[in-house]
Amino acid sequence: MVTRENLDSVLKHRVGLKGPMATPIGKGHRSLNLTLRKELQLYANVRPCFSLPGYKTRYDDVNLITIRENTEGEYSGLEHEVIPGVVESLKVITRNASTRVAEYAFKYARDNGRKKVSAIHKANIMKMADGLFIKCCREVHEKHPDIEYEELIVDNACMQLVKNPAQFDVLVMPNLYGDIISDLCAGLIGGLGLTPSGNIGANGLALMEAVHGTAPDIAGQDKANPTALLLSGVMMLRHLTLNEHADRIQSAVLGTIADGKYLTGDLGGRAKTSEFTKAIIDSME
Amino acid sequence: MLRQARKLLGFSRTLQASLPPALASQQARTKITYVPSPGDARPQTVTLIPGDGIGPEISEAVKEVFEFLKAPVVWEQFDNVHGSDIYGNPNLEIPEEVLESITRNGVCLKGTLFTPLSANNTSTQSLNVQLRKTLDLHVNLVHGWTMPGVPSRFSDIDIVVIRENTEGEYAGLEHEVVPDVVESLKIITEEKSRRTVEYAFGYAYLNNRKKVTAVHKANIMKLSDGLFLKEFNKVAKKYPSIKAEAMIVDNTCMQLVSNPQQFDVMVTPNLYGNLVMNVVAGLTGGPGLFPGVNVGENVAIFEQGARHVAKDIAGMGVANPSAALLSAAMMLRHLNLPGFSDRLERAVLDTISNEPNEIKTPDIGGTGTTRSFVNSIIDKL
Repeated sequence: MVTRENLDSVLKHRVGLKGPMATPIGKGHRSLNLTLRKELQLYANVRPCFSLPGYKTRYDDVNLITIRENTEGEYSGLEHEVIPGVVESLKVITRNASTRVAEYAFKYARDNGRKKVSAIHKANIMKMADGLFIKCCREVHEKHPDIEYEELIVDNACMQLVKNPAQFDVLVMPNLYGDIISDLCAGLIGGLGLTPSGNIGANGLALMEAVHGTAPDIAGQDKANPTALLLSGVMMLRHLTLNEHADRIQSAVLGTIADGKYLTGDLGGRAKTSEFTKAIIDSME
Repeated sequence: MLRQARKLLGFSRTLQASLPPALASQQARTKITYVPSPGDARPQTVTLIPGDGIGPEISEAVKEVFEFLKAPVVWEQFDNVHGSDIYGNPNLEIPEEVLESITRNGVCLKGTLFTPLSANNTSTQSLNVQLRKTLDLHVNLVHGWTMPGVPSRFSDIDIVVIRENTEGEYAGLEHEVVPDVVESLKIITEEKSRRTVEYAFGYAYLNNRKKVTAVHKANIMKLSDGLFLKEFNKVAKKYPSIKAEAMIVDNTCMQLVSNPQQFDVMVTPNLYGNLVMNVVAGLTGGPGLFPGVNVGENVAIFEQGARHVAKDIAGMGVANPSAALLSAAMMLRHLNLPGFSDRLERAVLDTISNEPNEIKTPDIGGTGTTRSFVNSIIDKL
C-alpha cells in the first residue's frame, strides 16, 4: 500500500528510497508504481548500467545510463475498441515532456562527466510523434554543443547494444523504448538484481528504487541480494551531492562482489544477506 | 492446400548450422529424392528490386551466384525503385509496373529501400511499409542462428521471429491534436493478429519446432496487445504438441541477452518484432547474415532479415552478401527448388565457417571483400 502519508513524506523531503512493491494482479488495482509516478510527477527514469568486476556475464564492457521518459508515450492508457475486433491505442508525445527529459539527459551528462547523449527513436515510421521527440532533443542539444549528440533508430540501437555496448554513454528515449532498452541493458550486466534505478520528478524531486521483483519465494530467509537497493542508495547520495559517501559505499559493494567470498545465491554464492552486508561494512572500515 | 503446405516448409531446422560441415552435407544428401510435378523444371520469373545502399552490389552478387548455380530463375529487374530521388527528396510511390510484376510473379527478391528523414518530410510513408501494405504482406519472418565462423558472444542460438507486418505502430495514423501535442495510433485487429499467430504455429508445426513465444506488453496496453494475446491463446489450443508461452517485451529482451537459447519461434505485433529481430541479429553476428521474408496470401518478398540499408559502406565493395544469398536460398525452397536451395545454403555456410579471414567480409571479422566472398561461394558450387 502506498499511503497518503508516504507520498507526503516524499513530497516534503524531496527524496526517497524504495524497495520493490508487488501489484496485485486483477481488475481494479492500479499499479502502485504507477500511482507513485503520477502523484509525484516522476517524469524520468534513470538507470546506470555498468559491468560489475568479478561477476562474469557475456559482456564486461558496459558503462552506460538509460534515461526514459516516464509519463506519456505508449503508456497513456488511452485505448478503445473501434468496432469489434479492431482496437486503437494512443501514443501521446508532447513537446513539454520530451524537452523536459532531454534537458535532464544533457544535464545528467554534464553533471556526471559524460561525453555523449544518444536519442533513440523510430521517427522513420512515427514521423510526427517520434519526430517531435527528436526535434526537442536537437533543440536541447543546441544549448549543450560541447556534449556529443547522436540519433539512433530503436531497432538499430537494440542491435548495437548487444553487439558493442561500449559505444554508448547516455541514452535518452520515449517511454516504451526506454522500458525495453533499460531492461535489455540490465540483462547485459546480470539482471535487475544488480541494477539501480532512480525516478526524477518535478522540481528536482527524486525517488530511487530497486526495480526487481518482490521475490516472495525467498522473502524473510536472509537470502536476497541487496545490491540493486544499495546502488540505488548510492544514486540517492549522489543526487544529494554527497559524492564522497556515495563513492565509499559503491566501491565497498563492487569490491565485495569482485572479491567473490560473500556472494548471495543469485550470484552463484552461498552467503546470507547479512553476511554480504557485513562484508561490505567491514571493507569500509 | 498441398501447395500451401509445401510453400510453408521454408527452412529445415538447424541441420547445417549446428553440425560440422562434412557431416551436415552427408545428412543433407538424403536417399528419398525430390519428386517434381510435370513442368517444375521450367524457369520461373522472379521480380528483383536491388534497392538502396548496399542493395545494388548485393543484388549483383546474387545474380552472379545464380548464374553458376544454374537455377531455373529468370530475373525481372527494376532499378527504378528508391526511397529518394537524386536530390534526396522522398519518392512517394512504388511504380505501378513494379507492383504488377510482383503480383504476377508472386515472388520477389529485394534490397532495403532508404527512408529519408527530414523536418519537412513528416507525412510520407516508408516505401518499404507501403509495399508491404499494398500487397498485404502481413507476416515478416526472420531466422537467426549462431553460425560457426562468425564471432559471437553466444552459441546454440536458433530463433525464428515471426512478426505482424502491416498494422500496430506502423499504421501511419498520426496527428497534432493541439500545437506540440502529437497522437500516434497503434491499431491491432483480430484478423491480422490471428493470421500472424496462425502462420507462426503453422511454421513451427511444419518445421518441427517445439515452442512458440508470444511477445507483448499487455500489462500496459491491455486492449490492443491483449487482443493479440487472446488470438495467440486461441490458436495455441489447436496445436497441443507445440509449447506456447507469452512473455512481456521488456523481459523478453532481458532474457534474450542473458539466456537466448530458451527461445525457438517467436511471434509478435509489429514493433516488438522489429526490436526482437534486431536483438537476435546482434547476438548472432549482425545484419549482414540472416535471411528473411515478407509473406502474404499470394505473394512473398524475400529480403535480408535485418533491413538496414547500410549507407555507410554502400559502394565500397565490402558488404556481406550472406543475408541476401540465404534469403535467395529460402526463396528457392519456397519455389520448390530444394536441390538448388540446399547447394546454395551449403556453399554460403561453408564459406562462412571454413574460409580464412582474408576471404570473409569485415562485418564478421574478416579482411576480405564482397568479391572474395562471392568467388569462394562460386568455387564451392
